[in-house]
Amino acid sequence: MTKFVRLSRGLDINLAGKAEKTKRVLMPGEVFALTPSSFEGVKPKVMVKEGDRVKAGDVLFINKDYPEVGFSSPVSGEVCLVERGDRRKLLSVRVKADANQEFVDFGVKNVKEMTGDDVEKSLLEAGLFGYINQLPYAVSTNPQTKPKAIFVSALRDMPLAGDFEFELEGQEKDFQTGLTALSKMAKTYLGVGDKQNISAADVEVVTFKGKCPAGNVGVQVNHIDPVNKGEVVWTVDPTAVIFFGRLFNSGRVDLRRTVALAGSEVTSPCYADMLVGQDIETLVAGAYRGDNVRIIMGNPLTGKPVEKTADTGAASYSRFLGAHTSEVTIIPEGNDADELAGWIMPRLKQFSVSRSYFSWLLGKNREYRLDARVKGGERHMIMSGEYDKVFPMDIYAEYLIKAIIAGDIDKQEQLGIYEVSPEDFALAEFVDSSKLELQHIVRQGLDILRKENS
Amino acid sequence: MSFLRNYLNKIKPNFEEGGKLHSLRSVFDGFETFLYVPNTTSKSGTNIHDAIDSKRIMSMVVIALLPALLFGMYNIGYQNYAAAHQTGTLLEMFAYGFLVMLPKLLVSYVVGLGIEFAWAQWKGEEIQEGYLVSGIIIPMILPVGCPLWCIAIAVAFAVIFGKEIFGGTGMNIFNVALLARAFLFFSYPTKMSGDSVWVATDSIFGLGNTLPDAFTCATPLGQMAQGSAPSASLFDSIVGLIPGSIGETSVIAIAIGAVILLWTGIASWKTMLSVFLGGGVMAAIFQATGQTPVEWYEHIVLGGFCFGAVFMATDPVTSARTETGKWIYGILIGALAVIIRVMNPGYPEGMMLAILFGNMMAPAIDFYVVEANISKRMKRAKK
Repeated sequence: MTKFVRLSRGLDINLAGKAEKTKRVLMPGEVFALTPSSFEGVKPKVMVKEGDRVKAGDVLFINKDYPEVGFSSPVSGEVCLVERGDRRKLLSVRVKADANQEFVDFGVKNVKEMTGDDVEKSLLEAGLFGYINQLPYAVSTNPQTKPKAIFVSALRDMPLAGDFEFELEGQEKDFQTGLTALSKMAKTYLGVGDKQNISAADVEVVTFKGKCPAGNVGVQVNHIDPVNKGEVVWTVDPTAVIFFGRLFNSGRVDLRRTVALAGSEVTSPCYADMLVGQDIETLVAGAYRGDNVRIIMGNPLTGKPVEKTADTGAASYSRFLGAHTSEVTIIPEGNDADELAGWIMPRLKQFSVSRSYFSWLLGKNREYRLDARVKGGERHMIMSGEYDKVFPMDIYAEYLIKAIIAGDIDKQEQLGIYEVSPEDFALAEFVDSSKLELQHIVRQGLDILRKENS
Repeated sequence: MSFLRNYLNKIKPNFEEGGKLHSLRSVFDGFETFLYVPNTTSKSGTNIHDAIDSKRIMSMVVIALLPALLFGMYNIGYQNYAAAHQTGTLLEMFAYGFLVMLPKLLVSYVVGLGIEFAWAQWKGEEIQEGYLVSGIIIPMILPVGCPLWCIAIAVAFAVIFGKEIFGGTGMNIFNVALLARAFLFFSYPTKMSGDSVWVATDSIFGLGNTLPDAFTCATPLGQMAQGSAPSASLFDSIVGLIPGSIGETSVIAIAIGAVILLWTGIASWKTMLSVFLGGGVMAAIFQATGQTPVEWYEHIVLGGFCFGAVFMATDPVTSARTETGKWIYGILIGALAVIIRVMNPGYPEGMMLAILFGNMMAPAIDFYVVEANISKRMKRAKK
C-alpha cells in the first residue's frame, strides 16, 4: 500500500516542442568541463593542474568547506584548462578526453551488505557524494549533516522536462541499487507521479497526483515529512541515484545521463545520452531554427540561459552539461517582438493564468510558444494570492518573500524558509504580475541565512 | 505600425543617460511601454513569464468601471432634467452628463498623473499604473456639485500623502481614492454632503437646465438619516436613477463591473461576497431588533454600498492579503458600514469610513492569520 498525496494547487504550462521518446546518438565531442556552479553552495578548490592526466572518477575539485567532498571527472584525459573568472572564481575544469576511456576502479560492492557509513565512504571516495543536495538551504550537502530522511523525486513535471521514466528504461537495476544504498544511510522516500509506473524496493514509495510543481522534491518533502528548524533532509536527483547504483554495480564513475532536447525552436525534439560536462554544442548544433533563440540549461522555469560562444571562439563554461541537468530547452529570445498596446489587445498567442487573456478559452491542449520576455515592468506586490495558487505547500509564500526582502531572519524561520528551495518559487515567479525575481530573492535569502547559521 | 516603432527607437537615445531629454525619461518610458509590450528579456530566474502585468490588470479595472461611469453621466443629466421638470432625450441627458463629467476626469488625471510622473522621474523609477484606476474612481465617488478645485486638492493630497510617501502603488495603507474622498468630506463638508450638491445646477453649451440657487435635493440615505422614508422607489434605486455620488447609484451598472472583475479574477470574490454578507446580516439584525425601519436590501442598494464592495474593498493592495483574512476583512467592512449608517445620525453614509477602517485593520487581520500558520510550524518542531 503506497501513500497517495493529492495536490490541488499548481499549474501546468503547455509549451510547444516536447521531446519525442526517441534517442539520437551524439558524437561525444572532445572537451568536457565540470562546472562548480552546477553544485549549489560549493566553494570549489581545484585539485588538478593544466596538463595533469586524470581518469574518469579522479577528483577535479573539492568543496573547500568540506575537503572530504570531491567532484570527480566524467572522462579520462588531460586537464586542458582551469578556467577562472572574476576574483579568480573557479568557473570550470576542462578535460580533453582520450580516445580510449579509462576508469578508476572503485570495486564492485554488494550494497545489501553495506552499512550506511560504508555507503557514505564509497560515495565520498568516488567523488559522487556532492550530488546529494540538502534542505534547508537547497545546497550540495556535506557528510557532517545527519539527515532525518532522504527524498528522491522520480517525477519531473516542469514544462518540457525530460521524462525520468524514459531515462530509467534499461537502468532499473542501477536505480534500485542506488535506492538501496541510500536507504542504508537514512529512511528513503521515492516520490512518483500517479501516471508513472515505477516500482522500487527498500524505500517508501509515495504517489503524487497534481499539477506542476508536484514533482518538486521540496514540495514532496513538505507533504511527507516537513523540515523543522535544526533538521536536515537530503534530496537526490533520480539520475544521481543511477550514478550511485552504477558505482556499486560496476565499480566505476559513469556519469552518462539521458537529456531531453525540447522547446518550440527545436526542429525535432528528442532525447540523447550525454555525459555530465559534455559540450551541449554536440546536442544543439543544427538542431534548432532561427538565430535569435535562448538556449537554456534545464527547463524554461528553473534553467539558466547558456551564454553565447565568445568572440575568441572558446566555448563559455555555461555550455557544458550541468551535473543536475535533465533537459536542454530552446525558446525564442523575443527581444525583437513588437507587440502593440499589450494592456488591451487580445494577444491570443500569449499564455496567461489570468482570464484577462483568452488562453483559458483555447483549451488545455493548445501548445504555446513563449519567448523570454518579462512582458511587464517590475512593481511592488500588488495582487494578492497569486503565489498561493501555484505554491502547493503549507507556507505563506508572499509573506516569506517579504520577510526575505526585509532581511528578517526570525520571521523567515517562522514562515518556513528551511522547507523551500528557489525552484519551488519558479511557478510563482512565472505568474507574478509584479514581475519580481522570486527565485533570485529566495536564493539570496537562503545564502544569507546559511552564512548566519554556520 | 512599424513607423511608430522606428520613430520611438529614433528618439529614444535623447531620453537615456546623457541625452538632452533625460529629465523626461520616466515619461518616455511610460509612453513607450504603454504603446508596446516591453522587449526586455529575463536575466535571472524563470526564462518565461505570464503575459499578465500590472498595466493589463489596471486596464481591466478601468473597463469594469466604465458601465458605472457611463450610467453616472446619464444620471447627471437625468437628475438635472428631472429637477427642472423638463423632458430631455436620452442623448441630451447623456451629453449633458458627459460635459459635466469630462472636466472632472481631466482634472483628476492631469493632477494625479502629473504628480505620479514627476515623482517617478525624481525617484528614477518606472511610472506605476495604480493611478489609472484611482483617477477614474475619484470623480465617480464625489457628488456632482463638488467643484473642480476641490478635486484637484484632494487628488494631490491623496496621491502624495496616501501613496507616494509610503513608496507608491502596492505600498499604500489606505485606498487612494477613498482617502481623497475622506479628505474632502472632512475639510469641505459643504461641498460633499447636505442637500445642495447632488444635482448639477448649471447648463452647459445650451444643454441641461440652470436651476435656482436655493435648489436642494436629498439622497435617499440622507432622507433616511433624517428619519423619513426614502422618496425613491426600490426599482429606481436598482437602476440608479436617484441622486447620489456620480458612479455609485446604479446597482446594475456596478453589477456588470463586478462580473468583469470576478470573471477576470482581478477582484477577490471572497472579499466582495463577504462585504455583502456582513452588511446584509448586520442590517437584518438592526431591523429585527427594531433599531431601524430600513429593510436589509435597501441598505445594500442605496448609497455607495455596492460601489464600495465591488471596486474599493477589493483593492488588493489595501485589503487583507491572506485568503482567510479576506473573509474577516469583508465582513468587518460590510457590518461596519451599516452600523455607521444606523447608529450615527451625523453620517448618512458609512461605506467610506468602513472601508478606510478595514484598510487600517487589514494588516492586523493578516498578521493573526499568518501567526496561526507560524504557531502550527512551531508546534510541529517541538514534537
